[in-house]
Amino acid sequence: MHIADATRGILGANGIVGAGQNIATGAGLSAKLRGTDQVCACFFGDGSTNQGTFHESLNLASIWRLPVIFVCENNLYGISMHQSRHQAIQDIADRAVAYNIPGVVVDGNDVFAVYEAAKEAIERARNGQGPSLIECKTYRHHGHFEGDPAKYKPAEEVAEWMSKDPIPRLINYMIDNNILSKEEFNDIDSQINDEIKEAIKFAEESPWPPIESVVEDIYTDIVEEVKK
Amino acid sequence: MKNLSMMEAIREAMTKKMREDPTVFIMGEDVGAFGGCFGVTAGMFDEFGAERVRDTPISEGVIIGCAVGAAATGTRPIAELMFIDFVTVGADQLVNQAAKMRYMVGGKIKLPMVVRLPLGAGTRAAAQHSQSLEAWLAHIPGLKVVYPSCPNDAYGLMLKAIEDDNPVVFLEHKILYGVRGEVDENAKPIEFGKADIKREGKDLTVAATGRMVHEALKTAEELSKDGIEIEVFDPRTLFPFDKETLFKSIEKTNKLLIVSEENKRGSFAGEISAMVAEECFDNLDAPIKRLCAVNSPVPFSPVLEDYYVPNAEDIVKAVTTMF
Ligand SMILES: Cc1ncc(C[n+]2csc(CCOP(=O)(O)OP(=O)(O)O)c2C)c(N)n1
Ligand SMILES: [Mg+2]
Repeated sequence: MHIADATRGILGANGIVGAGQNIATGAGLSAKLRGTDQVCACFFGDGSTNQGTFHESLNLASIWRLPVIFVCENNLYGISMHQSRHQAIQDIADRAVAYNIPGVVVDGNDVFAVYEAAKEAIERARNGQGPSLIECKTYRHHGHFEGDPAKYKPAEEVAEWMSKDPIPRLINYMIDNNILSKEEFNDIDSQINDEIKEAIKFAEESPWPPIESVVEDIYTDIVEEVKK
Repeated sequence: MKNLSMMEAIREAMTKKMREDPTVFIMGEDVGAFGGCFGVTAGMFDEFGAERVRDTPISEGVIIGCAVGAAATGTRPIAELMFIDFVTVGADQLVNQAAKMRYMVGGKIKLPMVVRLPLGAGTRAAAQHSQSLEAWLAHIPGLKVVYPSCPNDAYGLMLKAIEDDNPVVFLEHKILYGVRGEVDENAKPIEFGKADIKREGKDLTVAATGRMVHEALKTAEELSKDGIEIEVFDPRTLFPFDKETLFKSIEKTNKLLIVSEENKRGSFAGEISAMVAEECFDNLDAPIKRLCAVNSPVPFSPVLEDYYVPNAEDIVKAVTTMF
């Protein structure tokens, strides 16, 4: 779950809802201090926008004009809580008003719409105009966790959103517009499937980590005794 | 008597109190119709409705703070956080507000509130969902810290926690939720600061909390075959702490091993050790020993996590070195 890749600038998914927003603000500050044209994109859920971190981050990034793109994946649920039960607004983007930054709503299942909104926000950030909040309207197709019966999601709602699934939508668009042929799509699809199978195999065949590694990577310099 | 799981025992105690006292209510993330992250409040929404079993947004600060304000003004809130790890998010409200309000207003306000905190490793939930942070909480004057290890204790201690007029943090070990035991539903609430000797023995005292009580009991049989009879001391509440029962046990056994799932550095196990060293030293005929988790974040890898937490085998080894 905690996908991270420092070499690609991915600081990691977080187990603490809302925590990443503050960290992203710091990454934005750093980009500014270091004089790079980097921007930090921070992804979070609708549920997380009720944490103090969301408001603190937007405010700080706004007054310091930090190059941060706050991207809310509004999938309508935080575990069992429908958005309408956890906040009294429909558009989370409205909260940008309080921090005097752009707040845009996009169809989160439309790749092109997301691209356009991101492009504009990134340009603003690079021009020193500060952060933006992009709210991507989307849906959580599955339960919150494997095995969640998700009884709180009405069947009609699920059916409606499944018909808007962004992946087939993009594929169909590309095929219909001759950007991609069916064969090319099938090739890419099986290539990705193979990659996944390969990764699973690699994980399953990898040895367990040695016990000593339990105390590695806590500090840069200190490695404690492996002692109970 | 009723055979209940730890989870059911906690639920039954809260339900009993909510039936008796209309000012008792529950709030937390997904505690309503969903029944809570681990299912502790399952069915309570059906009985008490949305006013008294309140789903909150993901906002630990205001969950705890709202309990403070509600408790200060005539209700008895029970706040549930999904994991003790998230207490950090609401820490100001617990540490600077709940624990200090009464003191700062010269005793004019009371705060009858319970904060329920599931804790502990062993669920493959990694570094941010598995910690044992009881030492932080027990460190704070103004909080009472309850840590049951079996359904009967959980039941009686929860009744007391809700009746208590002070902020109580109620620690629930996730691995123990499914552990079953006999519960006397008509029993009185269990007073805080009353430890329980979970097994009598004459040769060595093992002081343990939560899941570690069970690990200690597991080893007891094995050690008994080798002629070592350990006494298992479960404080049940970390503050107030029942020194008297612990010291009495040490007077008999002259040896103390403390087993805790905390990181060893700065652990409550260290506090127990210090109490005994200061006040009961003359009764010891071996150095006090602490067996705790490794000083690392809780690792995700199953093999590392299994190693990280003390287990029965570690206890046997530690005990053997004390003779
Ligand atoms: C501080 C904190 N509180 C609670 C949780 C438990 N939790 C994990 S995910 C989640 C729901 C998050 O909802 P949302 O932000 O909408 O993200 P989604 O899962 O829908 O992408 C909750 C409550 C947590 N991990 N951290
Ligand atoms: Mg969501």
